[in-house]
Amino acid sequence: MSALQKMMGWIDDRFPLTATYKAHLSEYYAPKNFNFWYFFGSLALLVLVIQIVTGIFLTMNYKPDAELAFTSVEYIMRDVDWGWLIRYMHSTGASMFFVVVYLHMFRGLMYGSYRKPRELIWIFGVLIYLALMAEAFLGYLLPWGQMSFWGAQVIVNLFAAVPFIGEDLSIWIRGDYVISDATLNRFFAFHVIALPLVLIALVAVHLVALHEVGSNNPDGVEIKKHKDPVTHIPLDGIPFHPYYTVKDIVGVIVFLMVFSAILFFAPEMGGYFLEAANFVPADPLKTPEHIAPLWYFTPFYAILRAVPPLFGSQFPGVVAMGLSIVLMFFLPWLDRSKVKSIRYRGPIYKIMLALFIVSFIGLGYLGLLPSTPVATIFAQVFSVIYFLFFLLMPWYTSIDKTKPEPERVTG
Amino acid sequence: MSQEVDGQKVDTRKRKFLIAATSAVGGVAVAGVAVPLVMSMLPSARAKAAGAPVEVDISKVEPGMLLTVEWRGKPVWIVNRTPEMLGMLAKHEDQLTDPKSEMPQQPAYCKNANRSIKPEYLVAVGICTHLGCSPTYRKEVGAADLGADWPGGFFCPCHGSRFDLAARVFKNVPAPTNLVIPPHQYLSDARLLIGVDPATDHLQG
Repeated sequence: MSALQKMMGWIDDRFPLTATYKAHLSEYYAPKNFNFWYFFGSLALLVLVIQIVTGIFLTMNYKPDAELAFTSVEYIMRDVDWGWLIRYMHSTGASMFFVVVYLHMFRGLMYGSYRKPRELIWIFGVLIYLALMAEAFLGYLLPWGQMSFWGAQVIVNLFAAVPFIGEDLSIWIRGDYVISDATLNRFFAFHVIALPLVLIALVAVHLVALHEVGSNNPDGVEIKKHKDPVTHIPLDGIPFHPYYTVKDIVGVIVFLMVFSAILFFAPEMGGYFLEAANFVPADPLKTPEHIAPLWYFTPFYAILRAVPPLFGSQFPGVVAMGLSIVLMFFLPWLDRSKVKSIRYRGPIYKIMLALFIVSFIGLGYLGLLPSTPVATIFAQVFSVIYFLFFLLMPWYTSIDKTKPEPERVTG
Repeated sequence: MSQEVDGQKVDTRKRKFLIAATSAVGGVAVAGVAVPLVMSMLPSARAKAAGAPVEVDISKVEPGMLLTVEWRGKPVWIVNRTPEMLGMLAKHEDQLTDPKSEMPQQPAYCKNANRSIKPEYLVAVGICTHLGCSPTYRKEVGAADLGADWPGGFFCPCHGSRFDLAARVFKNVPAPTNLVIPPHQYLSDARLLIGVDPATDHLQG
């Protein structure tokens, strides 16, 4: 027995290192027919690591103080060695996190990855998405630019629209009557400690739940139904390591090429990743000419704006925006189709999914634009389609003509 | 209620009671500890004290001009309205949500046609009642981007809410109510104090 084996034996008697490695990597059997869409889970994990590491180093020079915050970010950009790189990695990482997560969620919609027995994986995933949105929103206040300030002003005021307790709730969130130093300081605390802890915990349970039931695949059939009678290994399963670790490395390399191209050639992405108005220090007395949230929030922002005030309150719009996300939690129970994957679904689901994606992107585009009567009508139409995708799902998935699922994966 | 476990009689009712009692006591403790944490997020004593009144010299505000001052961290506008501007106010009342200022968005002494103490001076908190952006002062009548019937007023760049020169909201915009008129009083013709109501005898006079 080599010294290394001896050491592993010593550890395994005290901590299940080999057992954990086997359960999650070398003997975790994933379906052999993963395609392009299966890159984005591991890429999301990569971006999480990028954000945590760059975030730690940014914290070393950033000052969460209304007087100092803006200049400390400029200090990082100009005077700290490689500070510009670390900051741009973090800001690019924020947008790329959403790119990757949106594609990951779309994969789930296409292949029915949220269906039984993966309901909890989906729910943990939606919670991750919510935590990520909170994390991004809190982080965007920290540079204390004009967009930081007025963006936070608008979003915190959404809570003020809640009947009866709204005003007190928004004061409690801000810790002041306006967005101020107190708000900045607490947002910093949530951004660097509270939400990262929540995110990491949610990612952990997301993966534990996934490895308990096993991965779905583009055919949406369960590989555990057909196991080798002797080894009990799924016939259509291959060990995650080395097969999918190697595949994912290819994804990582391509992703990092795209990431670096943005990082070095267009870190502001023409104002979509870092908005122009945020290079002006926060001015509580003057709202920028045009304010829009960052691109990854604009679909929901467009829904908010599409709902007119009712009974002298903008609360209905806030409810619609909240509902647009809450509905995602119910997806596993709204879908009544006999099959999981889009490959075996009928035309109705395909059309509904296409309409949903067009609406989501359309809303995202409209959310970037100033509000005009024509844009509002488009946003209202897209919002209705967005909601109907969920609310009519029990009906259209049960009448849709599906094709028979194969017994085994089709490669 | 009892059952056999490993040959011993176990009183499961007692067990359930103890589990419930322990959980309840623990829950109360957690809730108790949460109270100071939650309360610490309310505005501090310093933040509460920061709302001091602001004194403004308005002698330099020419007719038609807008001056912005900061009060409690918010922009407060002082507009010196010309007689033409005041004349416009009555003409578009049918387009307003609350032309008579019925909603409590102003002190009682400003619940009048001009929403002000002195007709010419509008004093208003420049925070949109929709989601808190600061609207832009657009005094030019019939501005190209706002429509030929624009009577002059305030336009919110965030979500397109419109207010007239008495800070009253137009219909069919996101903002539900008129802009807030803060408590204020005139110390002399040139000096305005924002944040304090006028003395009551002054009101009756």
